[in-house]
Amino acid sequence: MSVAGPEAEARQRRWLTLPAVAVITLFGVLPLVIVVVYSLLRSAPYGGVEWTFSTDAYVSFLYQKDIFDDTLQFHADYLLIYGRSLAFSVVTTFVCLILGFPTAYFIATRPVATRQIWLLLVTIPFWSNLLIRTLAIMLLIRDDGLVNNGLMWLGVIDTPFVMIFTDFAIVLGLFYSFLPFMVLPLFSSLEKLDFRLVEAGFDLYANRFQVLTRIILPIARPGIVAGCLLVFIPCIGAYVTPLILGGGKHLMIGSLIAEQFGSARNWPMGAAQALILMAGVLVALWFYGRNARRGVAHAR
Amino acid sequence: MRARPATARAGQKATDVRYQPGFFTVALVCLIVLYAPIFVLVGLSFNANTVVTSWTGFTLDWFAKAVQNDDFYSAAANTLTISLSATVFSTMLATAAALGTTRGQPWRGQGAAYMTISLPLMVPEIITAVATLAFFSLLASVFGINFGIGNLIIAHTVFCIPFAYMPIRARLEDMDLTLDYAAADLYATPWATFWRITLPLLLPGIIAGAALAFIVSFDDFTITQLVAGPGQTTLPIYIWAKIRRPLTPEVNAMCTVLLMISVFFVSFSAFIGGRRR
Repeated sequence: MSVAGPEAEARQRRWLTLPAVAVITLFGVLPLVIVVVYSLLRSAPYGGVEWTFSTDAYVSFLYQKDIFDDTLQFHADYLLIYGRSLAFSVVTTFVCLILGFPTAYFIATRPVATRQIWLLLVTIPFWSNLLIRTLAIMLLIRDDGLVNNGLMWLGVIDTPFVMIFTDFAIVLGLFYSFLPFMVLPLFSSLEKLDFRLVEAGFDLYANRFQVLTRIILPIARPGIVAGCLLVFIPCIGAYVTPLILGGGKHLMIGSLIAEQFGSARNWPMGAAQALILMAGVLVALWFYGRNARRGVAHAR
Repeated sequence: MRARPATARAGQKATDVRYQPGFFTVALVCLIVLYAPIFVLVGLSFNANTVVTSWTGFTLDWFAKAVQNDDFYSAAANTLTISLSATVFSTMLATAAALGTTRGQPWRGQGAAYMTISLPLMVPEIITAVATLAFFSLLASVFGINFGIGNLIIAHTVFCIPFAYMPIRARLEDMDLTLDYAAADLYATPWATFWRITLPLLLPGIIAGAALAFIVSFDDFTITQLVAGPGQTTLPIYIWAKIRRPLTPEVNAMCTVLLMISVFFVSFSAFIGGRRR
């Protein structure tokens, strides 16, 4: 063995990355390529695809073919679902940020021992079963759920206040599901905050609000961007939440895609919808990449 | 920013540069929002009434009923087969990948490799689900290949890799390279260095990664629901089928069991992975 053993060995070690990359390429990237191909084919009558080139899937996103004379008519149904998903996601991300930032800041300023407990408390829902957590929300807000029963028992209302299967239920469910995704990255950027800067701000007669908006928030920017992204991406593609809290109507993009691959049996259509969603996610990621390069490098 | 009453406590806060008014309240609200629904769900699994949301008395019957349910057992068996296999495969692949992408000079294509490994985290789950469904149906229709439950194991392995990779890589980055050099100086072969030095030191990272991989696979609903064939019902899918009918506390009991498993593995992973040096 040569003297430069460890270095030469390190060079060989690169190949250890290959199996993981190969598995993800074969079973993760290739399926996405298949989706691209499928979106350009014609749908077979009983699910699956016919191998003829067609742009029908993309055209029918905006237009509906008239059954009598084959003319294209503009219809906004799908656009509406996309708009609604976008609106839900923006509102959820905003609410998560408004409530998540103070939480993350509070946790980051605790003594180490207390901090670990708070962090674990935020982390546990992060890894817990989304289906079960959404079911738990359903138990609370159903017509005969705990909230309505409680309010009726108190005499505040006489008839149940309908919350389940509404837009409110979906946004509440999304907020509840993805709040930890906001708190954790915010925490990791606030944890590294140098409080001498805050002290300097006070020395220069800034009040607490000015210190927050002029010093803390700008420094935490990479964490804020990362948190918003981590909430926005799962929101825009949400499937479980509208399924359980939206009452099964295709209220969001995720439900729409699943329906095309399921009961609607229009795979090219579903594939095209998935790609349009993916394009939206890529725009968000590009925006994040641009921000991360410009700002301070964000470490997880 | 109103002035606070001049008590000793407020005075203490006023001198703390890190204090921001109202932040504790918001943090508390967030914690209540995160836990109240879970506590209600768990609490109602001890409810004697068959109507899930009206409380009549304490009982453990629903847990007994849940574990005696044959469908629940077969779903649990499927879930464990898939999760354990996916955990083993993804942790092995992730450990190798972490060893390849840390320590030593960054190499050409390392960025691309890193992007590929984190891809499953960036693609929305529903897209991964339909893409995997399309892929396996193509395999079945064109080549006649169907791995049965292996389809689900492969799908789970793919999305578990980044979750296993993160803690292992973090651990490797914290580790002291000079120990490896010392071993090499003492004429240890690279293989011996790996088994006697690197692997034992890396073990907490590997265990933490495996625990996370297990839990994401164990809890997965979206991808499993679309990819699963007949007879491949997992616990989350079984619970989903149950909640489409009128709810009984039996479902709550099953959910409680699943939640406890998640909580255990997350705490375990945090404990193992959190111990540094």
